[in-house]
Amino acid sequence: MSDTHSNTVSYVRDTMLDQQEPPVTERGVIKWLRENLFSGWLNSVLTIASLGVIWFIIIEIGPWLLNTVWNAESLRECRAILDGTSGACFAVIKDRWHQLLFGFYPPEHYWRPVLAMVLMLVALAPILFSEVPRKMLYFSVLFPFIGYHLLWGGSVWLPISVLLGFVVGYVAFRATAKLSSLVSVIAAVAGTFLWWVFLAGPFDAAMYSVAPIGLEYVRSDAFGGFLISIVIGVSGISLSLPFGILLALGRQSDMIFLKSVCVIFIEFIRGVPLITLLFTASLLLNYFLPPGTSFDLILRVIIMVTLFASAYMAEVIRGGLAALPKGQYEAADALGLDYWKAQRLIVMPQALKIAIPGIVNTFIGLFKDTTLVVFIGLLDPIGLSNAIRADTDWNGIYWELFIFIGALFFIFCFGMSRYSMYLERKLKTDHR
Amino acid sequence: MSSTSDLRTRTAPPKTAFRLSMLLYDQRYRSITIQIVFLFALMLGIAWLVDNTINNLRALGKDFSFAFLSAPAGYDINQRPIEYDSQMTHGRAALVGLLNTAILAVMACALATVLGVIAGVLRLSNNWIVARLMTVYVELFRNIPTLVWIIIFGAIMTESMPAPSAFRGDTPTASMLFNDSVAVTNRGVYVPAIQFSNDLGNLPLGVVAPSINWLLVLVAIIVGIYAHKVILKNATAVQNATGIRPKTWWKSLGVLFGPVALLFIFFGAHLEYPELRGFNFADGIHMRNSLIAMWLGLGIYTGAFVAENVRSGILAISRGQTEAAFALGMQPGKTMRLVILPQALRVIIPPLISQYLNITKNTSLGLAVGYMDLRSTLGGISINQTGRELEGMLLMMLIYLAVSLSISGAMNVYNNRVKLKER
Repeated sequence: MSDTHSNTVSYVRDTMLDQQEPPVTERGVIKWLRENLFSGWLNSVLTIASLGVIWFIIIEIGPWLLNTVWNAESLRECRAILDGTSGACFAVIKDRWHQLLFGFYPPEHYWRPVLAMVLMLVALAPILFSEVPRKMLYFSVLFPFIGYHLLWGGSVWLPISVLLGFVVGYVAFRATAKLSSLVSVIAAVAGTFLWWVFLAGPFDAAMYSVAPIGLEYVRSDAFGGFLISIVIGVSGISLSLPFGILLALGRQSDMIFLKSVCVIFIEFIRGVPLITLLFTASLLLNYFLPPGTSFDLILRVIIMVTLFASAYMAEVIRGGLAALPKGQYEAADALGLDYWKAQRLIVMPQALKIAIPGIVNTFIGLFKDTTLVVFIGLLDPIGLSNAIRADTDWNGIYWELFIFIGALFFIFCFGMSRYSMYLERKLKTDHR
Repeated sequence: MSSTSDLRTRTAPPKTAFRLSMLLYDQRYRSITIQIVFLFALMLGIAWLVDNTINNLRALGKDFSFAFLSAPAGYDINQRPIEYDSQMTHGRAALVGLLNTAILAVMACALATVLGVIAGVLRLSNNWIVARLMTVYVELFRNIPTLVWIIIFGAIMTESMPAPSAFRGDTPTASMLFNDSVAVTNRGVYVPAIQFSNDLGNLPLGVVAPSINWLLVLVAIIVGIYAHKVILKNATAVQNATGIRPKTWWKSLGVLFGPVALLFIFFGAHLEYPELRGFNFADGIHMRNSLIAMWLGLGIYTGAFVAENVRSGILAISRGQTEAAFALGMQPGKTMRLVILPQALRVIIPPLISQYLNITKNTSLGLAVGYMDLRSTLGGISINQTGRELEGMLLMMLIYLAVSLSISGAMNVYNNRVKLKER
């Protein structure tokens, strides 16, 4: 065949042709457009509709957003500057940003929440990123006490005496460690609580009378704006994780009574809206506590938010526990580890890793839910936006405030979800 | 046989007399000890709380009774799905609130599902611009609190919409939508209502008196759905016997819509359009700003979460399933309907139901825009007027709990039905 073929062909090209450019529809921008935007009639319709939506948004909001007034004392003045044209009046943010961030916190003390925020970031660094030196974890442990004192002030001895409770517990643990592990645990817990209940108060008072050191006291009603959201959110987040783990373990436990109490608690909390729990905190707690007891509304809210989030957290962690292969539990048993060691060394590290997306989602949900405190009279950003609007200067201003509040929430929540993605990638050990 | 019994005797633990310390150090007894200690602590705690409550109530001169539910409420509710006036009881007001909660929850669930499915599918689309647009929607709504969205939608309704007077005059600045049938004003949205010329009256059932016409329509719909199922079942039986599936779509269409259409004609159903009279619109259905703000706020916000569920559900189905279906010669439409969707739904539905639960609980945010739901009636005005915080909150929590538990119970039943049967 090849012979006949070579004879019949009259002309054989002996040099390669130069490569031609691909057709115009198969290269560059046009190829990308064809493949990604106009690959079929449905896609074309969707593309045109999307462009229409984007165009509409730009036309509607663009001029308003570009024509912005930053310097004005009131909405009236702002409208006078705009002179009938449509434009945003972000002067309200310039005028009231400190209220939206700090509420009615005394202005001369603004450095305190700012410093607390910076220190919080420092304290979070070793928890969030493993590259940071481990020694910094000691600072993270101390931060809640430092942060409390910075924000509320008062006697510096109060957080110190609370902290001493843990020291007392540790000393009691060490002193009785030789007897038996159970006795030492009981001694540690009892020592801590005895110190807190009976000695912490007198110690604080005595030390304060000797050495009255401390920042000026700021009442809780002065707190507001994003300060309150962050205080409630961060305390709730850091407290709900350990409680959630305990609840999840209780729900998985073999002890039937313990298990049913955990189930009832979790299902009850998950079955009612957060707002009813907040109302319970503000209206009903006086019924449940001995007459005359009253404690800080922010503290009550933190407790309720923690209870609420820990029930959700428990379910998320239970999902992680359930996703763990049974062999892991059995392997831990086979190694002779006791319950707590098995949980700490084998089960929890893996279960928590599986549950990371859910845990972070719960955190984000908790942070967003801090806005509900407006209903019980705390001045969170939404409450403050109402207060600002109630002022005659800014009566009738809406969108600028919402954009500011929404943008700040977006930054926090989006940051958290990005961090969870980073963590997932970092901890990923399977090679899929 | 004897060797095994030997083994058993050799490995069996030595019988020891019971010692008190075994309660703590023997694993067999320790859990019982812990539980008993825990039980005592819990009972002490509860007793302490109850004792405090009783003392506090006595100190305030109050008793614990739900009698306030049958006392006249004395306040108005602006959205009344059933008959209500301020002379009726607090219990009736609570019922109206509960119905308002239910209406809002159903509307928001429907909106969230529609938006979520569309956005979830489009986010996976090959179309670059559409996928990006949907990502922006999802991230924007997921990361800003729902309360902020509700208030924003409330502000849009009250601040940006034209007043009813703008519709009047020779050169109105605003006009009604959809061929003069829908009016969007700053007092709410007015949509046409379905009216019957042959009204059969109401069925007195004691607490509620539903319209007989609508009850019959409902019955017709239920019967239609049932008949549709029977037709499909028969078609499957014929297909199994003969291999040919009979065409059923026209029969289904007939039984689904025929009876309802007949009833509508028989009752003389017609649309009643909203009309501008005096300073406001009259006739039609008036959807208040509070309802619209809650509906859009909850629906669009939760839609972003549903979109993520739908997306992850579709992504969870491995590509091999699609390829296997294509290898069997199935067309893309059938592949989606018979292979992908049934498996994806198993992943999508449980989180979807939990989003429905979230919507139901989030309806309690109605306070922000003045929507009269259960929390605003029973948990708000009734409590304030009677001073029965304890009873009111308890009752309200129990109602929410009952609703939540029944929804999640239904979800468990569904989960068990669609669960992969592992052997």
